[in-house]
Amino acid sequence: MGKDRNSVLDIRNLSIEFATTRGRLKALRDVTLSVPPEKIVGLVGESGCGKSTVIFSIIHLLAENAVVTGGEIEFEGRDILKMSPNELRAIRGDRISMVFQDPMTSLNPVLSIDTQMTDIQYRANIDMEEKRNRAVEMLARVGIPDPRQRLANYPHHFSGGMRQRISIAMALLANPALLLADEPTTALDATLEAQIIHRLRQLQDMVHCSILFVSHHLGLIAELCDNVVVMYAGEVVEEGDVRDIFHRAAHPYTQALLECDPARIKEKTRHLPTIPGDIPDLVNLPAGCIFSNRCPQVFSKCRTTAPQRFEVEPGHFARCHLVTEGDVP
Amino acid sequence: MWIYLVKRILLATIIVITAVTLLYSMILAVPGDPVTVLLGPRSTPEMRDTLRAQMGLDKPFYYQIGHFLLNVLQGDLGMDVFSNRPVSTIVFEQLPHTIILILASIGWAILIGVPLGCYSAIHRNSFVDKLTGVFSVGTIAIPSFVIALYALLIFAVELQWLPAIGAGTGGTLVDRIRHLILPALAVGLGWVGYLSRLVRASMLEVLGENHIRTARAFGLPEHVVIFRYALKIAILPTIALLGVGIGYLLSAAVFAEIVFARPGIGKLIYESVMTRNYPIVMGSVLITTIFFVASTMISDIINAGLDPRIRENL
Amino acid sequence: MSEAVNRKMRTERSALYNLLSRLYHNPLGFFGLILVVIVVGSAIFADWIVPYDPIAINIRERLQGPSAKHLMGTDQLGRDVFSRIVMGSRIALKVALVSITLALSCGLVLGLIAGYGPPWLDKIIILIFDTIRSFPTIMFALAIVTLVGPSLETVILVVVITTIPVYGRIVRAQTQAIKNNEFILAERAMGANIIRILSLHMLPNIIGPLLIIASMDLPGVVTIEAGLSFLGVGVRPPTPSWGSVLNDGYSFIRNTPWLIVSGGIPLIITTLGFTFLGEALRDILDPKLRKDI
Repeated sequence: MGKDRNSVLDIRNLSIEFATTRGRLKALRDVTLSVPPEKIVGLVGESGCGKSTVIFSIIHLLAENAVVTGGEIEFEGRDILKMSPNELRAIRGDRISMVFQDPMTSLNPVLSIDTQMTDIQYRANIDMEEKRNRAVEMLARVGIPDPRQRLANYPHHFSGGMRQRISIAMALLANPALLLADEPTTALDATLEAQIIHRLRQLQDMVHCSILFVSHHLGLIAELCDNVVVMYAGEVVEEGDVRDIFHRAAHPYTQALLECDPARIKEKTRHLPTIPGDIPDLVNLPAGCIFSNRCPQVFSKCRTTAPQRFEVEPGHFARCHLVTEGDVP
Repeated sequence: MWIYLVKRILLATIIVITAVTLLYSMILAVPGDPVTVLLGPRSTPEMRDTLRAQMGLDKPFYYQIGHFLLNVLQGDLGMDVFSNRPVSTIVFEQLPHTIILILASIGWAILIGVPLGCYSAIHRNSFVDKLTGVFSVGTIAIPSFVIALYALLIFAVELQWLPAIGAGTGGTLVDRIRHLILPALAVGLGWVGYLSRLVRASMLEVLGENHIRTARAFGLPEHVVIFRYALKIAILPTIALLGVGIGYLLSAAVFAEIVFARPGIGKLIYESVMTRNYPIVMGSVLITTIFFVASTMISDIINAGLDPRIRENL
Repeated sequence: MSEAVNRKMRTERSALYNLLSRLYHNPLGFFGLILVVIVVGSAIFADWIVPYDPIAINIRERLQGPSAKHLMGTDQLGRDVFSRIVMGSRIALKVALVSITLALSCGLVLGLIAGYGPPWLDKIIILIFDTIRSFPTIMFALAIVTLVGPSLETVILVVVITTIPVYGRIVRAQTQAIKNNEFILAERAMGANIIRILSLHMLPNIIGPLLIIASMDLPGVVTIEAGLSFLGVGVRPPTPSWGSVLNDGYSFIRNTPWLIVSGGIPLIITTLGFTFLGEALRDILDPKLRKDI
């Protein structure tokens, strides 16, 4: 990975702040990650770590009080942050598409699925009937039964799982180079989750797009993704191939996450491990490493100097003094 | 949807029936001989006898009410003993003038108010938005007859740009329109503010919802997002409240008709109040109330029709 | 016990101070407050402010425009318009206060009955409320006036009847919310009586919304009174209501514009002032109320 000229998406040193009543909240600091072509990259971290902010900054749909204070987002050779509203609109729903977290509220309640799915094809130079055919075909691919009849239905006629599939169908209709998935299965139950993930894999094979898959669920990431990016409190603390991360996690936070995953606990126990402490205040940032107040392997340098991104092994990066000092476990 | 329709119509009917009952019973709540109350001091004994016989005032109360209700349902609102013509005829003669005034007022209020509300929502906290906000509150608060009087004073009397009196009946279409401008302005001004506030609030709420974010994330052109995806939803609460606002319009129209000496229900009711002619007053109030109840009902039904969620939930 | 009372008093005092300072930062609300103070002040201190007797006739000085001698000119009977306007504020506020108080009380009682009483009574009361609300206000007012005859009392009667449904509904809604509250059910199971429940649980919840709605209602009440007086079926002459000044102004519109101008100004000040103030208060105290009515 790294500054791969062949990447679909290349985020370099992205920093974003939010203007709040308490002051400037440093939501993202020096975020660097990339998405190779036709690969699934998982973006994992706990709630509030900035995953959604990263996603929304890629299609530039941030809140009004967001300020980009540095960095670039390079997509297909152009910097998204420098694009005009018209250029952005050209890319959205065409080269980059998105599946949102909550299927119950992401679809327009007063327009039929037909309307919504044909509207997004407005760029295509084909007639309405053809647009409808493509919509029907995509609905069938995601597993909606009787798609042609159901085109006329409204979102509230579908269950949550079905709505999410419709959202995925819409996202893939555009034949994008990059699909952003913001925790698409969080609002669904486990069996549905498995089905949807399975289908995503199939569809990705078929459409040949890259996927940036955001989740806080490690098992999901392990199953679906080729690469993983781990975020903590607005920073990328580790990134690499999924096997490297899961077998040889370099950053203490990643290690702790893996330990805390209930699915990986080997023996029966009454005590579920947690990471003690809280995320630091992002308005008044502490000095040094952002994880220092909770790190089980913290030492003096951690509290004074912030660590830099370091290549632990080819393609595997971590931001930790332990790796730079040579003390890799 | 049909169940909703039936329920709603039933409710409206019950309210109208209660209204009739109320208006009629008020006569009997007043001390003194009902007939004298109804006809006032100017009436002659013959008139009083005619009315007494007509209304069956010697019969028990529930008979009177029932009799009256039946008559109302058949469109008979009683007779005006002064002119010897049916009340309903008198009222319906005047109704079209008022309706034209109201439609004209609504028309221009929508034309200006809705875009203003949309613009305010999209450009929140801009100068235009803040100015519109103050203007909206102001024009709804200030009584419509004050606006009407000032308009009359400034434009008709002092500047003499527009006519002050009447509806221009008997004149050309242009003439009639000229006579309509000031009254429609006075009646509609409050609504411009009202509508723009409503639309603004609705739009802001809708624009913040997730599905709008989805629409934008798919790169839909902004005008499609605003009008097809947002306004369609935002317009619902606006339409629902339009029905209620008709009440304001009716009151404003009454005053406008009096101030500008236009023919219509307002003028009719005013003159009847002066002559203590309660049957005409009652008839006018009844007709306008039915109008009001009907418009609230229609806007509720339209509301239900537009939103597929309501349509099927009942 | 007294320590708790002291603490409560202190928080109340600081709550008031807090309210006033937040109002200060809301420019429109503060402007409204100033206007309200002007109106209320002129009502209270009318006797001292008026330069002339509002009903004193002086034909020789009729229909004059504003001058040093008569700040707002004179009407067709030579009465000083400024004095009539100032005294008119007293009339307007008197009508408003009396009718709102009466309407609140009746609304409270009816709302309680509707909420706590038998369902059939509830349905009847609600039906009457809805029916009254379905009459266009001025029409209903005129109907009552035709029957009862024009006077100040009639105006108050009209206002009371047309505003009871608004207050009654709020009280009823609160009562219903309380009735089903599990907390209350528990208390009743323990034998607490109705009065205690009402005063402890319901009153604090409705006082806020009721007061805010009452203050926003006041301009409407003043408008009804002025409107009826303008039509000549409100207060009887020579009582100086703002509406009657407008009535005179309308009759003599070709002779002088000043009567209309002068009659409109206090109405504009009062309605704008109370509305701006009411909106600001509502935004400060309970932004949730934005959606209702």
